[in-house]
Formats: sequence, structure tokens, C-alpha cells
Amino acid sequence: MTDWLFLTEVFLAGLGSGALYAVTGVAFVLIYKATRVVNLAIGEILMLGGYAFFGAAAGWHLPAWVALPVAILAGALVGAVVERGLIRPMLGESPISVFMVTIGLGSILAGFVQIVWGADPLRLPEFLPSAPIFIGEAYVAPKVAYGFLAAMVVVTAFVLGLRFSRGGVALKATAADQAAAYSVGIDVPRVFSLSWIVACGVAAGAGVLVGAIGGISPTMGVFGLSVLVVVIVGGLDSMAGALVGGLFIGVVEAFAGTFLGGEYRFLVTFSILILILMVRPYGLFGTHEIERL
Amino acid sequence: MRIGTLKTDYAADEALFDTRLQKLLILLACAAAVLFPFVASPYWLFLACLCAINVASATGLNILTGYTGLVSLGQAAFMSVGAYTVAVLEIHAGTPFLLNLLVGGLLTALVGIGVGIPSLRVKGLYLAIATIAASVVLHFVFAHWPLTGGMQGLSMPPARLFGLALDQPFQLYWLILPVTALMVLGAANLFRTRVGRAFIAIRDRDISAEVLGIPLLRYKLMSFAVSSFYAGLAGGLWAYFFRVVTPESFPLVNSIFYLAAIIVGGMGTILGGILGAVFMTMVPELLKFVAGLVTPFYPDALALLAPVRTIVFGALIVGFLIFEPHGLAEIWRRIRRFFHLWPFRT
Repeated sequence: MTDWLFLTEVFLAGLGSGALYAVTGVAFVLIYKATRVVNLAIGEILMLGGYAFFGAAAGWHLPAWVALPVAILAGALVGAVVERGLIRPMLGESPISVFMVTIGLGSILAGFVQIVWGADPLRLPEFLPSAPIFIGEAYVAPKVAYGFLAAMVVVTAFVLGLRFSRGGVALKATAADQAAAYSVGIDVPRVFSLSWIVACGVAAGAGVLVGAIGGISPTMGVFGLSVLVVVIVGGLDSMAGALVGGLFIGVVEAFAGTFLGGEYRFLVTFSILILILMVRPYGLFGTHEIERL
Repeated sequence: MRIGTLKTDYAADEALFDTRLQKLLILLACAAAVLFPFVASPYWLFLACLCAINVASATGLNILTGYTGLVSLGQAAFMSVGAYTVAVLEIHAGTPFLLNLLVGGLLTALVGIGVGIPSLRVKGLYLAIATIAASVVLHFVFAHWPLTGGMQGLSMPPARLFGLALDQPFQLYWLILPVTALMVLGAANLFRTRVGRAFIAIRDRDISAEVLGIPLLRYKLMSFAVSSFYAGLAGGLWAYFFRVVTPESFPLVNSIFYLAAIIVGGMGTILGGILGAVFMTMVPELLKFVAGLVTPFYPDALALLAPVRTIVFGALIVGFLIFEPHGLAEIWRRIRRFFHLWPFRT
């Protein structure tokens, strides 16, 4: 029976990391839905969030409940500046150019973090309760469990907000047809700005959770690659897809890492990615766009 | 249309170099390239070889991305295929290096075709991501296959020509530069043929190209094959140049580097591939030089070198995309136009 217990524990750990993928994936999808920009810098913005938390909590000795909003605000600020300064001028350019701009942005952020905080990995100060948690008999690391809970709250808030709030509806209208959204009085540029601000804030918050579990380092941006797999599997413009894809990839990675070895994780997830691209290029829940001449 | 370049037949219209000045410049460049190793220090020769290898690879990527419009983030991974093939052949078979290079290129072309197969169903970003996936898989294979030496990689003997070991930058220069020059010339000529023009048609609008009678799958795969052939050759040259090939020699960052090189240089122009690759190779050296200058006043300058290089790399990509989307080639064209029209228009 221990086998089953072990499997359950691996499964739960996978769900925990998958939830973080999901919340970052949701941030990614939010930007994609509103502005059609594939933001490859999401991993670096996440990293920046982790470092901002570190700077506030360890550098300025602020308590964790102040440092967390500071990190989220820092992410949101970066989002606002990036949208205004880099993405807005690229409006109407080919998607590939915009994609490359975000790659360049990621490089800039990684270099910036390295200048300010150095290249060595750091540990975030402990701020989550550390009492062990058991679900049935299975042990879950408390950080992972709290991370999972926080991520689920955020993702649920997003899915509900998108459906019921005015802003969410405006976002969906913009995603469906920008010109039509404009003509019914939706401030499309503001939707663009807000989506970047909110998404980067959420990504920065996710960075704090990721950093709390695994520590922070300037190479944390690699997390963005896994998120890329998640959103492709789930469908680039689907929040539900990001959730399902995130949990799925998290669990798959956990099992691959446990039974095959850590270096197989990327191999397995990217093999899934290739498979999905061949069979359902628009992802599990994405919109199938038909190209016309 | 430029003044004074009256053409009276099709051959003149299709010629690769159409003005006398252009021919003169090319001749001068050739002469400079031949004289260069006799006056330059080993450091500059080393840089010249590195630039040439990067030019070869960037030109290959330019064929795929700049001319056919298929974005690839797998160029470095393709180079690793060529490099490993050359290393394995050199160690186990000891065949002549030109044959090794050719086999490396052809094998890489096969791998490229395999990677290109999704390109019919997916394009744009999805294709870029598929090539990332392919490079992850290739990295895994090279790191775990006994033949390729695992994480330690392979150390290989130098290339030999008539019993002479090519192991100094001076000798390697005579191997690398001619091969690169041939490759660039081949790429320039490719776009005067049906195949090359089909690539351009696919880039401009692939569905229209198909309507005009260009079989998309065949030509897209052909573009992948040519581009990876270039990458394989460049990787082979790289292997002969550094003589150690490890799975970490060709990270994803290098693929981004080549894509950045053709963006900075100018996508869809042969000149752009050359200028971009040379520029992007020289910028880190320039930064190193500046750091050396600053060190007496600011002792930590060398420690900041790595992050500053990362920032400059990103800033160059972003800056060129926003302010000069057609890259260095466009700047060159503007300068040329200025002198061409001077003093009538300033």
C-alpha cells in the first residue's frame, strides 16, 4: 500500500507545481487574449517578482504581508512601462517581431536582476507556515500546499472575473474583434494596458510563490519555457486551458522527474508539446482560427 | 531604380552585382580578406574565424526565416548536429575534413526536414515553439547517447590537409573563410532561381503561393533542408575551430543569438545576415574592451561584464525592432543612396 501512498504524494506535489504553472499560464493567456502578444518574458517578470519580494523582505526588512504587495506592484509597474514603451510602438507589426521584442525584454530583465542582486541563487525569507500538512495519509510540503491554494484562488478569480465583471467582458470583446469593440465604446488601448498590468502583477505574485518553494536565481526565467508548453497544450487563448494544462504538465513533470530522473522532465513535456502541435495545433481548449486569403 | 544603371538585356538585369562600384567593392573585400591573416594578430584572426562561422549560420537562418518566413529557434541545435557528426567522423573514421563537413551538413539537412514536418500544420509562433521543442529533444539525445560522449562531450583531433594539422587560427582561417564565402555566394544565387523565388512567395503569403502552384510542403521542407544544411556546415566548422563539442556548446540562447543577428542585420537580405552576424559577434568584444578601459576607475567593471552583455543583447534586439526594423542593411542602403544622389539631394 505504500506504493499508492507514494504515488499520491508525487501526484499532489505535481498538482502543487502545476498550480503555479496554471497561474502563470493564466497571466500569459490574459496578455495573449487582449493584445495577441506572445509574451516570452513572462518567466523573467516572474523572476523579477521573486527578486522584488526578496529586496523588500530581506533588503528593507519589511514583513512578508507588505513585501508581497510590493512585489506585485513592482511587476504591475514593469507591465505598464513595457506595454507603453515597447509593445504599443510595435502595434500592427508582425507577431514574430513582437515576440522577439519580448525575448529581448527577457534578456534585459535577466541582466538587470543580475546587476542588482548578483548571479548567485538566493533563498527567500520564510513567510509561509511550516507545519506539515497531511491529506489522508499523504504528506504535502506546506509551501506547496499554500502555493496551490493561493494559485487556485487567483485562477478562480480570473475565470469568474472574465465572465462576470465589466472589464472581463470588455477584454473578451476586444479579443473577439478589436474594431467592433472600439465602436461600441470600449477603450481598447486601456484594455491593452490593464491586461499587461494585471498579468505582470499576477506573474510577479506567482514568482514569489515559486521563489518561496525553490529559491530565486537569474536563470529562473526558464520557468517561462514550461509555461509556454502549458499554454500551448491548453490553448493560447483559453483560461480554462491554462488551468487544465498547468495541472496536467505539473503532474506529468512530477512523475517524469520521480521515475525517470530530473533530466527527463523537459524531454517529456516537450514531447507532449510536439504531439499536441501535430494533432491539435490550437491546443486542447483554444479557438481554431481559420485562415482566409 | 537607380540612375545610370541602364540595362539592355535580361542577363544584366538578373546579375548578382550590377554596378561597377559594387564589383570594385567586392574585389576590395576579397583582397582585404586574403591579406588580413598576414597583418592581423592571432586574437583578431580568432575573431575573424568566429565571425565567419556565425555569418555562415546566420545566412542559413536567413534563408529560412528572412526569405521563407518560417521562424526557427533551433539553429543552434542544428549546428550541434553538424558539429557532433564532424567530431564523430573525425574521431572514429578519420575521413578527410571536407567530406566530414559535407556529411555533417547533409545529416543536419535530414534532421531539419524532420523538424520541418510540423511546418505545414503550424506556422509563426507555433513553429518557433516546435523548433524549441526539437532542440530540447536533440540536446537530450546528445547528452545521453554513448556515441556522443554524454555531458563531457567529445574532444577531436584537428583537421588535416596533406599531413598539415590545421590547429591555429591562421590555418583555420583558410579553411573557414572560403567555405563561408562559398555558402554566402550560394545563398545569394539561390534567390535568382525558381526555388529561391518560391521561398519568397511563401514568405509573402503562403496561401497565395500555393494558389500560384507552389507545393507548400515540398518547398517549406526544402527551405528547412537548405537552412539546416548551412547550420550543419557552420556547426562542423565550429567543431574544427574549438575541437571540443559538448551538449552545452549550443544552448537555446545561441539560437536566439542567430535570430537576433538577422534581425539586427536585416531580415531577407544577404548583406543583412553578414552584417548582423559580424556586428553581434563583435559587440561582446567591444564591451570587453570598454570594461578594460573603465577598470582603472571602476575596479568592478569586469564583474559587471556578463550581465551588461545580457542587457545590451536584449536592448539591441528591442531597439532594432522598434527603431530600425529593416536592420543594418537598411542603414547601409540609406548611406549608399545618399552618396548616389549627392549633391542633388542631401
